[in-house]
Amino acid sequence: MSTILETRGLTQIYGAGDPFERKALNQVDLKIQAGEVLGIVGHTGSGKSTLIQHFNGLLKPTAGEVLLAGQSIWNAKGKCSRDVRFRVGLVFQYPEYQLFEETVAKDIAFGPGNMGLSQAEIDERVAEAMAFVGLAPEIAGQSPFALSGGQKRRVAIAGVIAMRPEVLILDEPTAGLDPAGRDEIFAEIRDYHQKTGATILFVTHSMEDAARMADRILVMKDGGVMLLGTPREVFSHAEEIIAAGLDIPEITKVVRELCRRGIPLDPSIFTVEDAVRAIAAYKKGEKPC
Amino acid sequence: MLRDITIGQFFPGNSAVHRVDPRVKIVLVIAMIVTLFLAGGPISYGLMIAYLAGIIKISGIRFHMVVRGLRPILIIVIFTAVLNLFYTPGDILWSWGFLHITRQGIFAAIEMVLRIMLLIIGASMLTYTTSPIDLTDGLERLLGPLKKIRVPVHELSMMMSIALRFIPTLIEETEKIIAAQKARGADFESGNILQRAKAMVPILVPLFISAIRRADELATAMECRLYRGDEGRTRMKQLKTTRVDLLAVLVSGAVFAAVIVLGRMGM
Amino acid sequence: MSEMIKTENLVYAYHDENGNAYFALNGIDLHIQRGEFVAVLGHNGSGKSTLAGHFNAIRLPTGGKVYVDGMDTAGEDKLYDIRRTCAMVFQNPDNQIVATVVEEDVAFALENMGVPPMEIRRRVDDALKAVGMYEYRSHAPHKLSGGQKQRVAIAGVIAMMPRCIVFDEPTAMLDPSGRKEVMRVIRELNERFGITVILITHHMDEAVQAGRVVVMHQGRILMDGVPREIFTQVDALRRASLSVPQTIEVLYDLNAQLDAQLPVGAMTVDECADILQKFLQ
Repeated sequence: MSTILETRGLTQIYGAGDPFERKALNQVDLKIQAGEVLGIVGHTGSGKSTLIQHFNGLLKPTAGEVLLAGQSIWNAKGKCSRDVRFRVGLVFQYPEYQLFEETVAKDIAFGPGNMGLSQAEIDERVAEAMAFVGLAPEIAGQSPFALSGGQKRRVAIAGVIAMRPEVLILDEPTAGLDPAGRDEIFAEIRDYHQKTGATILFVTHSMEDAARMADRILVMKDGGVMLLGTPREVFSHAEEIIAAGLDIPEITKVVRELCRRGIPLDPSIFTVEDAVRAIAAYKKGEKPC
Repeated sequence: MLRDITIGQFFPGNSAVHRVDPRVKIVLVIAMIVTLFLAGGPISYGLMIAYLAGIIKISGIRFHMVVRGLRPILIIVIFTAVLNLFYTPGDILWSWGFLHITRQGIFAAIEMVLRIMLLIIGASMLTYTTSPIDLTDGLERLLGPLKKIRVPVHELSMMMSIALRFIPTLIEETEKIIAAQKARGADFESGNILQRAKAMVPILVPLFISAIRRADELATAMECRLYRGDEGRTRMKQLKTTRVDLLAVLVSGAVFAAVIVLGRMGM
Repeated sequence: MSEMIKTENLVYAYHDENGNAYFALNGIDLHIQRGEFVAVLGHNGSGKSTLAGHFNAIRLPTGGKVYVDGMDTAGEDKLYDIRRTCAMVFQNPDNQIVATVVEEDVAFALENMGVPPMEIRRRVDDALKAVGMYEYRSHAPHKLSGGQKQRVAIAGVIAMMPRCIVFDEPTAMLDPSGRKEVMRVIRELNERFGITVILITHHMDEAVQAGRVVVMHQGRILMDGVPREIFTQVDALRRASLSVPQTIEVLYDLNAQLDAQLPVGAMTVDECADILQKFLQ
């Protein structure tokens, strides 16, 4: 697999020189593979929000560099081309609070419009983006402010998807949603991933969501990378994760407790389905591990 | 960045200057402004400078922070200085075309610059050493008698303190919206004035909607916490005048009187 | 009278711009006793927040009755007493903090009530200690974390010494550590101070901590019972667009796939491990 995004020694210092100087990112080296789904977890203040704003050049590194498909996103003159913003789409937390247009369609068209596309192309992309997030075509002419909270969030996500980014980054896309709303949003993101092959990065506070959705999980701590690997690899470091004050999925806790009691199940199990499978296999007499 | 804006910045502390009753401080600042405009001559200005330097020293606020506070008004200071320099009639010292510099002009420029800078320093010392809430509180109580002639003093001070409370929140929110629209390719930097004004719409509309939503939620929360306006309201913090206040009034009074007397005598 | 909240056939209807009537609440009969800790669970739009608003007279019924400590919320004259008896904490901590200093904010309700200054001081200090924010009393609220802000907001209502507090999704905007802080405070208010707590939430792990769970669906009460009774009804919860804790889900799925006939009421990791250990050994 090829690398789509890479950071080399990426460092971000807020208020440099001030007595309040704070290192938000410290020498981060990271490679993100094209087409993967990466879940980013970590405490508030671990640097994850800062990190994602570097991927599309919203923040300028204090030191180090960010490469998109092998090319630094900051040119020699210290400028970041707007093109990067279109190739790496970033959906902020609570994105519904950025809606501003009179109609749903116009709001979604804002990004494509900034790309300088033809009206026909814009219309096509708006329709496509609405379909991806499960918005009925009839609401295209409605005011986004008349919609429900969950619908507004979909409009905002569609606004970024309509730019057809190669990399789609979402900062806590399901914050404040109920379980059904969360499942729907994740299903739509997965659908987008499968149909377009785009690379997906999402920030979450829920280890369960990261475990369920992601190919790989990045655990951030104190402005650096604490762990990066498949969910199985990451959850095999359960002690470190717990020591860092983060949660592991409840089901992983159950399996680990059973291991402690002498029932040798794989302690890095992280979904209910896998746990059921492992328990059933054990019951039938097959001893894994 | 937006958060660098320091409107009425406050440096917490426990110096004698900090402890002076906000009402007393407000009155003294007003008195100081009047005094400044009645001053004149090197000794009276020297006295004023010494007085403010003393306050800065006692307050424990670092001198360079006070100087930094002058930066935003630099243009106004230069503008005033230039105007005074060239447009004061009197004994011409130097001229070029229609521009003349007079001796009186030089003095007038120096005086105006001094007045403005001292005024700003004095007023900043009030906001530097008084928390916004004490300041609004002090204003509300000073203006209290105006309630009798139906001036909504309490409402105005409540509005001011809520504004102070929400300024940082809305600044943070504005930064977030700007970043979000930039992520959608919004361009705030290029184009003519009209295009730039238009580019502000994607920031202002969400900000406005958010402010209304916040106001609405805050109103409900305030009602739930039994807010009914001024009627029957008490305050946790009682303002009492203490020895520090007396001292502040006496010292300042003496200085101001001396400055005015000397100033009128042209010293 | 030991009933804190009583609703009788409570209906709340509203009309959209086309004049169609919607029933956000459709015949709610609910009795909540003094000292209870009740979680009201439901998906977005189930009517749970609308219901919460009725306990504090923010909303008034369009049909039926709501009584708070015996007071009919429809009576204008009782509004003040109702809000003093049953306080409310909202979702967004930013939008319920009025003052620029923590302790001033906690004092806000007491100042409105006309409490003498010395007593305000005492009650503010007590309230801040109760939520573990006393050291932050002279801080500016906007510099606090979400969980800390929410604790300040809670201190602001407990200073009023209400007998009942309604929490309307108080953790929805918080990160996991903030959620834990706030939930700990909520439990303590109920256990140590005997305050009746009504917690509106869609988080299962929070509802599990309550003594009683009421599940709302389409403006009606779908289920009402102790958490163990509620969370074992996996099918019904899923139909109401709710999830169940993973400790229950795994047992339920094992029963479905292997006909293992396990008891599914495991509320904690240890309980779940106990059941599975017995099953496997």
